[in-house]
Amino acid sequence: MITAERKPMEEIFRSLEPFGKILLVGCNECVTVCHAGGRKEVAMLASALRMGRLKQGAPLTVDEMTLERQCDPEYAEELALVVDQYDAVCSMACGCGVQTVAERYQGLPVLPMVNTAFMGSSEKNGVWAERCAGCGNCVLGMTGGICPIARCSKRIFNGPCGGSSKGKCEISPDVDCAWQLIWDRLKQLGQTELYSQIMAPKDWRSARDGGPRRIVREDMAI
Amino acid sequence: MKSDSNLEKVLAAGHFAVTGELGPPRGANLQAIKDKAAHLKGMVDAVNVTDNQTAVVRMASWAVSLVLREMGMEPNYQMVCRDRNRLAMQSDILGAAALGINTMLCLSGDHPSFGDHPQAANVHDIDSIQQIQMVTTMRDEGRFLGGAEIDTPPRMFVGAAANPFGDPFELRVLRLGKKVAAGADFIQTQCIYNMERFAEYMRQAVDMGLTEKTKLLAGVTPLKSAGMARYMAKKVPGMDVPDEVVKRIADQPKEKQAEEGIKLLCEQIEQLREMPGVAGIHLMAIEWEHRVPEIVERAGLLPRPQV
Ligand code: SF4
Ligand code: SF4
Repeated sequence: MITAERKPMEEIFRSLEPFGKILLVGCNECVTVCHAGGRKEVAMLASALRMGRLKQGAPLTVDEMTLERQCDPEYAEELALVVDQYDAVCSMACGCGVQTVAERYQGLPVLPMVNTAFMGSSEKNGVWAERCAGCGNCVLGMTGGICPIARCSKRIFNGPCGGSSKGKCEISPDVDCAWQLIWDRLKQLGQTELYSQIMAPKDWRSARDGGPRRIVREDMAI
Repeated sequence: MKSDSNLEKVLAAGHFAVTGELGPPRGANLQAIKDKAAHLKGMVDAVNVTDNQTAVVRMASWAVSLVLREMGMEPNYQMVCRDRNRLAMQSDILGAAALGINTMLCLSGDHPSFGDHPQAANVHDIDSIQQIQMVTTMRDEGRFLGGAEIDTPPRMFVGAAANPFGDPFELRVLRLGKKVAAGADFIQTQCIYNMERFAEYMRQAVDMGLTEKTKLLAGVTPLKSAGMARYMAKKVPGMDVPDEVVKRIADQPKEKQAEEGIKLLCEQIEQLREMPGVAGIHLMAIEWEHRVPEIVERAGLLPRPQV
């Protein structure tokens, strides 16, 4: 899933200074799962904003709404009937959701309320960790199912570097060394011969370096 | 010969090689480089010039390498994967080769979080093993990584670093093998203090036939004080300083610790000379360049061969 964290309150208050009436819009997908921008977080932020602005002597009207999937134009359409009443839409979805709404309602300021972080999974309650960097050409089959791009601090394809120590990465004792994990898993799978092959330089065109990416499926065009 | 590198010639002639190290200045101070380098002249066969070591900005390693070149020394131009993509790397290699730099070292580079610009983008377009392959392909096949032909390929003697003490231990020699397969002509190791563990590493490397395909220089660094020994033992990732080594330095009164460090170093060099597969030493005496003449003299490594 895509992970996100709510922006610091000071930043949010500052960005909302010009406005008197806003629509706060959550999303029912990833940001709900990582507790950043679902219905619950929308309600919490809404009341914090109302109270904060009341104290500042500049009351703010905040209405709440949570879409099924904010990055989907079909669901963003649901805002059409109401958005005219607001000075701004404040989105608690990831960057994709924010942009989908902004694209649909061109004349209206659409502000992000969360910082979108990474594609990851939940390690335990309250902990999410990066797992995939969306490189566009997956090598997990060569690396024991552990991603050297998203999980090695130097995205080394032929690791580990000299800084790997007791299973941890040189950058911090809290970060696992991806190449220790890869090696352990290759051993478990009986695939250690994969390690001796030199992995060739990556063609980064399939990643962000080739320019903004799109997927076009002719078979699905209507 | 693959290059005009003095280091290549010294190794090819079967001499026990000695390389030194010089850290570029944190500014445009040419005199500082010349002063440091003067201590190393005639004392070592090549001088590693570090590339933004520990991710701290310093003068460009190619520029300092050229200064050494002009002083009649052989620079070992270090290049890390952290700061350059494949375009920048290849153009720097061509420039270096054209201006008489014959020896280079391929490295990953320390993570920016250690340095003075932790905000920096962390490039790592290719890794150090791919970098070795890139330079040796440029030299031997006259082709860029992108495939195009090179008019006048760079004649570089290409080295790589190895850390015998990183984890997992069982991968250390396997990864060395990958560097050799990628084409590394020589290897310089991380500083060695745990001689037993290093001997085991060398046994494995010799068994795998790696030391026949590459020349391995064992890394050594004099311990200047007990404080330094403790710092290396505790704070430097992937460094193995046994307790008895720290104790040996710490047991001396402060004013005698540096002397004990040099004594220990000379004993280590003695042992390394005898170790099968070790083709030389890489003496890293950063900010202690002025003691290098004394160290190599006492270790019996002078005079350096003229080849
Ligand atoms: S190799 Fe690429 S696609 Fe596969 S997990 Fe890593 S970043 Fe994602
Ligand atoms: S210690 Fe491991 S995870 Fe960290 S940069 Fe090195 S190889 Fe990558």
